[in-house]
Amino acid sequence: MSIDLKTVKHISKLARISIDDEKANKLKGDLNNIFEFIEKLNELNTDNVQALTSIAETTLRFRKDEIKSENIREKILKNSPEENKDFFVVPKVVE
Amino acid sequence: MSDITSQSLFELTSNIKEKKLSSEEITKAFINRAEKSKKLNVYVTDNFEKAIDQSKKFDSNPNLDFKLPGIPIAVKDLFCTNGVRTTAGSKILNNFVPTYESTVTQNLWSQGAILLGKLNCDEFAMGSSNETSFFGNVQNPVGENLVPGGSSGGSSAAVAANLTPVTIGTDTGGSIRQPASFTGTVGLKPTYGSCSRYGIVAFASSLDQAGPMTKNVRDCSILLEVISSFDQKDSTSIDYKRNSYSKELSKDIKGKKIGIPKEYRVDNMPDEIEQLWKNGISYAKDCGAEIIDISLPHTNYALPTYYIVAPAEASSNLARYDGVKYGFRSPGQNLIEMYEKTRSEGFGDEVKRRIMIGTYVLSSGYYDAYYLKAQKVRQLIKKDFDDAFSKVDAILTPSTPSSAFKIGEKTNDPVSMYLNDIFTVPINLAGLPGISIPAGKDKNNYPLGLQVIGKPFDEQNILNISYALEDKINFKNDISDWWLSE
Repeated sequence: MSIDLKTVKHISKLARISIDDEKANKLKGDLNNIFEFIEKLNELNTDNVQALTSIAETTLRFRKDEIKSENIREKILKNSPEENKDFFVVPKVVE
Repeated sequence: MSDITSQSLFELTSNIKEKKLSSEEITKAFINRAEKSKKLNVYVTDNFEKAIDQSKKFDSNPNLDFKLPGIPIAVKDLFCTNGVRTTAGSKILNNFVPTYESTVTQNLWSQGAILLGKLNCDEFAMGSSNETSFFGNVQNPVGENLVPGGSSGGSSAAVAANLTPVTIGTDTGGSIRQPASFTGTVGLKPTYGSCSRYGIVAFASSLDQAGPMTKNVRDCSILLEVISSFDQKDSTSIDYKRNSYSKELSKDIKGKKIGIPKEYRVDNMPDEIEQLWKNGISYAKDCGAEIIDISLPHTNYALPTYYIVAPAEASSNLARYDGVKYGFRSPGQNLIEMYEKTRSEGFGDEVKRRIMIGTYVLSSGYYDAYYLKAQKVRQLIKKDFDDAFSKVDAILTPSTPSSAFKIGEKTNDPVSMYLNDIFTVPINLAGLPGISIPAGKDKNNYPLGLQVIGKPFDEQNILNISYALEDKINFKNDISDWWLSE
């Protein structure tokens, strides 16, 4: 199989990365090379193999449902790209 | 006493404990050398001023019970450090100053270490040569215009060039062991779940592990002892009793069964690496180990599996970089345009490539064919190791299929770059511990490494085997300081 330009543009939209035609063409070549290499997996019959979903065979731990009231608002907002005292600022969403 | 910066962690710690050196003297020695070593480009952000203050503070009331008493340490710029910029080698985090500390670095400071600065790495740890960093490539101190390996390339170069006594890196597919091999240093990737991932910029969460990078095996055991801990903040951290790795370090490996996997004898592998491996085998025999031929039949499928699993996890992890809450933002007319421009301008080419691969293999209609398939093959790869470890205690292989290559040599061919990790990737897929130790040199006098792979949680065993081999190999890096400026 091969990945065409239309598919590259579609993936870039899904990934929210804008790309121009020149970059898209370059990516098309790279992705096709990489997928050609990945296709090797099809040599293997894996019909009766269970997928590995967790490498560490542990069950997730529960913790106590406790309220920890730490006021970390300032810390959270500290790296905000646009200054605003109490909120994150983004372009207008509702028309 | 030898020059301060060329001393091992163990020597520096002893000198501090015996009051032959102060933390301030040591810290200043490393800073002075760093000021003359800018050509290597190992630092993204230095913390020199604060480090000197902290060293003075340590000296005024030294706690000599610490395992890293007043020892200055630079770390890979993938660990979040409270109040010190953390970039992950990316433009998108160029201005990010964490308000919290990663557990692994906290473990260093809790044992008396002092942060020297943040070391260059491939962008989001995606690369094998440190050439994908937004902050430029790093020079390998072994030779001019040679890559230091990656992604922990700033870290490996800094240890080899005596710019930090030891460091910590992260390893998702070989990012500690391959750069260690390229620079003649020691690097260990612990068992998955040994070191907390809390506060480490995430790449592929089921593969990422932090680990020590050092000049020798003993230092490696000391540092592992400090950084490995159970942590409530990481849901995959495993609660088990950790060894006192440095106390239990021993060269006695008599009767240990060491497996030699035939599948690691790959096409076009240079004769020097074949010879290196043979030497390693004969040294292990000299130490009384028993050599057993084994098979890991799915070895050839590890890299294709990795290049589905790792990008899939990366595309999910990196979805958070959208310019909203932190990091770089490129303004747009609307929210979607802002996302798309931010990510397009903020990420470099390799990161975009991997996000695209990951998005594709997880997208509707392709999930079963790629991601699920890869998870199944991953099971087969893990089973290969389970079977092997029913017969042997450890496995010995080369660390990399070549020595360090020239800067720019592989940047236009992603697949040839990926092939660098052919011997290291299977270990991450199976969640096992692996260590690379310097074992010889090629015809250009560039270092080559051997890898010892262990059972889960059996770091002590691979450290001991490495310690015994290191003694026999007696590797000397003889780096010429060619980069130093006045």
